[in-house]
Amino acid sequence: MWNNFLQGYRNRALALRIAKMITAKAQTLEKTKIMHFCGTHEYTISYFGLRSLMPENIELVAGPGCPVCVAAIEDVEEAIQLAENENIILTTFGDMVRVPALNKSLWEVKSEGFDVKVVYSPHDALKLAEKNPDKEVVFFAVGFETTAPAVAYEIIKAKEENFSILTSLRLTPPVMKYLLESGDVEIRGIIAPGHVSTVIGFEPWNFVSEYGVSVVVAGFEPVDVLLAILMIVNQVSEGEAKLENEYKRSVEREGNIKAKEIIKNAFEVTETIWRGIGRIPSSGFKIKERYSYRDARVKYSIKKEIKKTSMPKGCICDKVVLGKAYPTQCHLFKRKCTPRNPVGPCMVSTEGTCYIWFKFGKQLPSPLGL
Amino acid sequence: MCLAVPGKVLEIKGERAVVDFGGVRREAIISMLDDVKVGDYVLIHVGFAIQKLDIEEAKETLKLWVSILKETT
Amino acid sequence: MDGKVTLSHGAGGELTFEVVKRFFLEKFLHRSAMDGVGLDALDDGASIKTKNLEIVFSIDNYTVNPIFFPGGDIGRLAVSGTINDVSMLGAKPVAILDAVTVEEGFSFNDLELIVNSMKEAAEEVDVAIVSGDFKVMPKGKLDKIVIAACGVGVTEKGKIILDSGAKPGDKVLVTGTIGDHGVALISKREGIEFETEIMSDTAPIWCVVEAALKVGGVHAMKDPTRGGLAGALNEIAEKSKVTIYVNEEKIPFKEPVIAAAEMLGLSPYELLSEGKAVIVVDRELAEETLNEIKKTKYGKEAEIIGEVRREKPGYVLINTLAGGTRILEKPIGEPIPRIC
Repeated sequence: MWNNFLQGYRNRALALRIAKMITAKAQTLEKTKIMHFCGTHEYTISYFGLRSLMPENIELVAGPGCPVCVAAIEDVEEAIQLAENENIILTTFGDMVRVPALNKSLWEVKSEGFDVKVVYSPHDALKLAEKNPDKEVVFFAVGFETTAPAVAYEIIKAKEENFSILTSLRLTPPVMKYLLESGDVEIRGIIAPGHVSTVIGFEPWNFVSEYGVSVVVAGFEPVDVLLAILMIVNQVSEGEAKLENEYKRSVEREGNIKAKEIIKNAFEVTETIWRGIGRIPSSGFKIKERYSYRDARVKYSIKKEIKKTSMPKGCICDKVVLGKAYPTQCHLFKRKCTPRNPVGPCMVSTEGTCYIWFKFGKQLPSPLGL
Repeated sequence: MCLAVPGKVLEIKGERAVVDFGGVRREAIISMLDDVKVGDYVLIHVGFAIQKLDIEEAKETLKLWVSILKETT
Repeated sequence: MDGKVTLSHGAGGELTFEVVKRFFLEKFLHRSAMDGVGLDALDDGASIKTKNLEIVFSIDNYTVNPIFFPGGDIGRLAVSGTINDVSMLGAKPVAILDAVTVEEGFSFNDLELIVNSMKEAAEEVDVAIVSGDFKVMPKGKLDKIVIAACGVGVTEKGKIILDSGAKPGDKVLVTGTIGDHGVALISKREGIEFETEIMSDTAPIWCVVEAALKVGGVHAMKDPTRGGLAGALNEIAEKSKVTIYVNEEKIPFKEPVIAAAEMLGLSPYELLSEGKAVIVVDRELAEETLNEIKKTKYGKEAEIIGEVRREKPGYVLINTLAGGTRILEKPIGEPIPRIC
């Protein structure tokens, strides 16, 4: 890797040594559940096979942190309705195209001849609007505080008339608080999302330690995640519960002030629906009144009625998303519910816990030297 | 929920910069950061720079942990 | 199977397999001829047997977009891909038939460039282009050009190499860097385009396969095109009913391929290569095979990336850069960039 400072964070010898230290330190502990909130942490854990390096009594549990898993069906339904309009080019991140709403996904709408395009950046969506003046371009913005500033920037700065945004943006501290308040989840440690914290700072996670839960903000290289687990295990063995920051190269106390300002400029915080969880107060971003000309819901007068989203019959994604259950405890898992035909949201997203357990497997032979 | 990758700033054009991710170059918007210079490493998420990465800090953290681990394992 | 065909059905993953199984395998009664390899093998091609020869065939449709891309074009791709499919069965490519269909209004200059590329690729392996077809479809009914190509190769009877030939104890090698073609194409796709020096690796690699065959230890071969390295390894593991272990540190990638995969949230193991092969070879002859391959034009960056075992038949397991182990799954549909 040319950026050699990163190379060290993927060094196999260092990773294995940290794993050994975790195992040694964890010997005296009972079963300890550590939840990571971010879908990208789940990807790192699965992609690098970190679970196979954990001792039996350390469990890495995924929380409600992948935008696909938590995006309300209504949001996807609205995107589908907009896409089914000849004059609209519906642009979105790739994560959302295979998510089935009530009965179809954006990819199926595309196969019916409508224009659905995957973009890397909201700025690419804007460029499409410049290039297609006779068409309307709508950007389906899904994500958390990391993505909100980029979307806010386009809301404020974009000049093109034919460009608007359908938001499905959420805040993470409120859902973490909701989870800890619900109390029936025996999580002893939380790995807080490193890139959300790059924007909002590590200060907002202080409240977690009041619940007797250790919390470490972590980066996304394998060594970052392993270090965060080690820091939590150290705290647990000392009987401590405090906030630590492993991702010092990117996360500061206050985060990115400019990014936070631009978010405040474009969005207000409102109640929103988390798929499988329900309504959580002040956990969603809504485009402010003064930018209503950028708000696809206003421009195309889509009314957003909020109703409790129920899970498909037999699906326990709502428990899996909150770390209360493992995919293997769902009788649909690997039978009726597979990546090929996903039933619940967590099987659809490449970040979803069920998809990753199906794909990367959990029960694995011990680490194999090659 | 937020894939962001480090890139090296090659060229700055007002609010935008050409960033190299390791043989892949793309423009990114850097107006959410202060005094970005050519040669800085920035963290890019969906085409926007959300942080200037502290390289020295990154090396320090690694060195610190390598020494701790050497003593104890 | 109700509903409609989507792009994912054409990406060479599980969804493609479902279509092939449901519409072709289950429908056609006679699926092999003259005692040769047939449709059931679902290999890169099929064969018929004569007194002392085995004649190998392959057919493929080339619909690449864009039709001109860094490092090649649809012409070079059609001929190289056909030569490679035949080579994967251990047969020396001898002839190609191609059916070219173009859209009304397609420029003759572009057609000339494409046919020149076909000529160059064929001449690299002195394969004859023996027959073909040329059709024109009304404007708007076809996206520029599509090329179907059938390859013909020969090998001694019984020397054909199938995906089902891998044996526990064998070594697994790749003939060069993985994912170059995939990244070269994605770099041009609207909405996610980026600049890079990565060129497609589209090339006819019979010379590499020939060198490996001469050593005599080849048990199975697969070119990691659609579905990438993950698709190719899984197919061999499934058909040979073996477990394949790979060591992530040994898998050769050009750095920009990893950079592009990480920037876009794609798995590098699902990105296409159009000038590489996965070769499973007898453990004793692995080093010698590797050295012979490295002497060839397209095998300079070959590496031994893992080995074959038997504990979990049909599985591909990868020992990751961080030392952990995980399953390397077969892709479902086409690789789609993501942010999470």
